[in-house]
Amino acid sequence: MALRPAGEFDVSFARDMATIRRGWQWLLLFAFIAALYALPFYASESTTALVNRIGITIIAVQGLNLLTGLTGQISLGQAAFMTVGGYISALLVGKLGWHFVAALPAAALGAGVVGLIFGLPSLRVKGFYLVMATLAAQFIIPWFTRNAFPQVLNGTQGLNVAVPEIFGLKFNEPDKYIWLTLSALIPSTLVAHNVSRSRLGRAFVSIRDNDLAAELLGINLFKYKLFAFFLAALYAGAAGSLQAHNLRHLNSETFGLVDSIFLLGMLVVGGLGSNLGPISGSIVVEMLTDASTLFGPFVVELFPEAVGGAQAMRPLFFGVTLILFLIFEPRGLAHRWQIIKAAWRLRPFSHT
Amino acid sequence: MNWQLLPQFVVSGLLTGGPIALTALGLVLVFKSSYIFNFAHGQLLLLGALMTWWLAVERELPLWLSVVLALGLSAILGLAIERFTLRPMTGQPLLSIILMTLGLSQVLQGLALLLFGGAQRNFPQIFSAADPYIITLPWLIDDRPLLLILKQNLVWSFVVAMLGVILISAFFRFTRAGLAMRGASEDHELAQSIGLRIHRIFGLSWAMAGIVATAAGILLATSSGLDLSLSVVVLAAFPVVLLGGIESIPGVIVGGLLIGLVQGVVSAFTVQWVRDMTEIVPYLVLLVVLLIRPEGLFGQKRIERI
Repeated sequence: MALRPAGEFDVSFARDMATIRRGWQWLLLFAFIAALYALPFYASESTTALVNRIGITIIAVQGLNLLTGLTGQISLGQAAFMTVGGYISALLVGKLGWHFVAALPAAALGAGVVGLIFGLPSLRVKGFYLVMATLAAQFIIPWFTRNAFPQVLNGTQGLNVAVPEIFGLKFNEPDKYIWLTLSALIPSTLVAHNVSRSRLGRAFVSIRDNDLAAELLGINLFKYKLFAFFLAALYAGAAGSLQAHNLRHLNSETFGLVDSIFLLGMLVVGGLGSNLGPISGSIVVEMLTDASTLFGPFVVELFPEAVGGAQAMRPLFFGVTLILFLIFEPRGLAHRWQIIKAAWRLRPFSHT
Repeated sequence: MNWQLLPQFVVSGLLTGGPIALTALGLVLVFKSSYIFNFAHGQLLLLGALMTWWLAVERELPLWLSVVLALGLSAILGLAIERFTLRPMTGQPLLSIILMTLGLSQVLQGLALLLFGGAQRNFPQIFSAADPYIITLPWLIDDRPLLLILKQNLVWSFVVAMLGVILISAFFRFTRAGLAMRGASEDHELAQSIGLRIHRIFGLSWAMAGIVATAAGILLATSSGLDLSLSVVVLAAFPVVLLGGIESIPGVIVGGLLIGLVQGVVSAFTVQWVRDMTEIVPYLVLLVVLLIRPEGLFGQKRIERI
């Protein structure tokens, strides 16, 4: 961490806290963001759609990182909170005629409150007991959308979600939707990054490392654990709302248990507890599972009897990637990136 | 409340608790020896049932032989899982191990889909569905005698499940290997220092888990058909395990029967919205258990020290 390029000294506190240290780094960052915004003008529609999906996934994984990576509370309910966000936003826009820009934060907040409720068991249990409690969320919430208020939630059929419209511009295809996704992704990345290095983030980390010791140091476990659940669900709600308006249809199975597992897996592949982790993990896993569909035709040829054998590629690729990462690089891509950076800076005396 | 049908629902609920208890037994088996909660158990169950189906229907072997072969194959599968995915994880944090079994569940699900496809299968019938056992109860409600209709497959799954539970608890109590497993779960290092070969013990417990899973898979497939959604059944076994106490074998029976009973009673209600709750009642029970008594009914309370 303390390894800096030669000649890089901190002469002020502001400089010490800075994430981006040099002019050319700012330039690169803005060029990169501009390139992402301009993606629809030079990339194909399928690429844009992929980037769009990755962007939405990153938001959900960032939330999970705050809860699982920083606070150490394992959650298998992230997709359930996405369902909550999606439904709230779909209803606000569709039934009450809210503007999407207002519905998105409302959906995030609503999901956050539901997250608080399912975070309550975390005060009494941890480890896989907590996994079970969040798993319960993963069953109870979709059940609720299927069975409660059939006139409003439309049961198993689900809802058709309106196309977001801002200043007369309809975001009805990935080429345009990606602007919405990016505009949500940038603030969410900023918040996630700054949470992790503030008092809040340090409290989270101390709970992860040893909750009893953290309590002894005066950290209110009740407050911080619940706040971590709230933040994770908040992010999930925003991602769910974005995804619902992107797919324009939503039912109880849009975000299922498998999605929760995938989100956790992406976090591990990327690196738990780092800010780069959710981003790199989502990109790698989404691109891998996307590439896996290319194998579909070969699989159908190899296993002609298997009905739906082509769909087997997604869980297979994901599972194998996750297992290999857990065995060979449990700290994820972010850690590997740190090693590469350190080796580059120490070159030619690399010893890491 | 439909009083006429209540006894029927209670008994059916108890009987469906049997296979669920057998499924939960597989989870407890692995947990008791290696402290790993196996999220891939559902896929083991599915693969076991699919292998039996493949041997019996596609290869046209006699049913008893295909069951025996499938049990053997799933034991080997269990061994392989332990050797190649969980042994490298020894000493890793809980999150990694949980994620490993989750990743494993995805791989096995993918394999099942790839090798056998997602179509609905006709599993060979082991117990005849046509003539259920009928018991007449000596009471009258509305001048009609109370009848209990017990489907054969449910009764026999229940009997097999109970037998399995009794066998396994005897194994843990009286055999050397069973005692070694219990010792190994207490403390891996301590067990090694007194000369227990813990990797062999873990392998054995995974092989047994594979066998138990396949048995449960076959029983479930004969009563409710066989397709990829069979693996979801295990999700109903998680609440059972936690209700009974995660390292307790008697707890599995009691938990399984209780969950089955509660589901049966809930589905006997005449009010629609209560009946709708049948599928999530186990999870509501689970949340209550976690909030009130996290160690379950028969589990051990663990004291954590800094």
